[in-house]
Amino acid sequence: MDPHTLALMYARNFMFMFYGFSAAWLIVAVYVISLARRGARLKKELDDVRRLTDSADSPL
Amino acid sequence: MREKFVIGLAAAAGLLLAFDLYRILLVLPDEAMQGAIYRIMFFHIPAALTGFTGYFVALILSVLYLSSGNLKYDSLAASVTEVALVFSCVNIVTGSIWARVIWGIWWTWDYRLTSTLISILIYAGYLMLRRAIDEPTQRARLSAALSIFGCVDVVIIWKSIEWFRTQHPGPVLSIRTGGGNIDPAMEHMIYYNLLAILMLATALVLVRTRQEDISREIDSLRRTANAAERNIA
Repeated sequence: MDPHTLALMYARNFMFMFYGFSAAWLIVAVYVISLARRGARLKKELDDVRRLTDSADSPL
Repeated sequence: MREKFVIGLAAAAGLLLAFDLYRILLVLPDEAMQGAIYRIMFFHIPAALTGFTGYFVALILSVLYLSSGNLKYDSLAASVTEVALVFSCVNIVTGSIWARVIWGIWWTWDYRLTSTLISILIYAGYLMLRRAIDEPTQRARLSAALSIFGCVDVVIIWKSIEWFRTQHPGPVLSIRTGGGNIDPAMEHMIYYNLLAILMLATALVLVRTRQEDISREIDSLRRTANAAERNIA
């Protein structure tokens, strides 16, 4: 194989390796973000429900 | 205490992953036939093994739920399955990118690839099923049954490269072949990255389990409030 073709092949391999690594981390990052958002939503929901039940329990 | 442990575990996983990345990119040489692209293997294989581990743990937790009726096992099984599914997606996407260079195609209906896709569909179905059922006991029972069913496919994925010799290469790790199919330095790197990814997955499972606990607490408070309202009426 001539050096030019070999250099092109290496550049292409490196590029696809970069795509692979990026895709792996992107999937994990999207999941972590969704987890953080869900956590914040649940915490807010829990506070709301607690406030609601506390106000229902308190004497008028 | 638990939050500190999760943060510590995630930080340790992050440090180990950074160190692994340094070794993968700058210490290990290119592979003779594949060049740089073979390095995808250091995420592709550990992600698959993390997924398998998660599905197997979920199977045990599902059986424990069915035998004890304790909803804690169900919450844990759901958390583990969700995180395992994320790493199965990492496995299939990185595999597809690797295949594009080595095989010249993004996808083929090979036994290994197809059974992996089926497992992703089964476990995505598992998570959708959990969203569709409100009653906790019924949701837990059906989820456990689906988790046990899904694990049959995981066994097929694991054995498919021994049973059928199609596009996907056969086993390379020495724990399956007895050695000789992969350079020991590369194999060790797979295990180091597996450890880092398993640590990260464990931290994510702990966070997800905490969310399941909060969800159950919200459900319980709502039920109590509804019961009190009915009593007043």
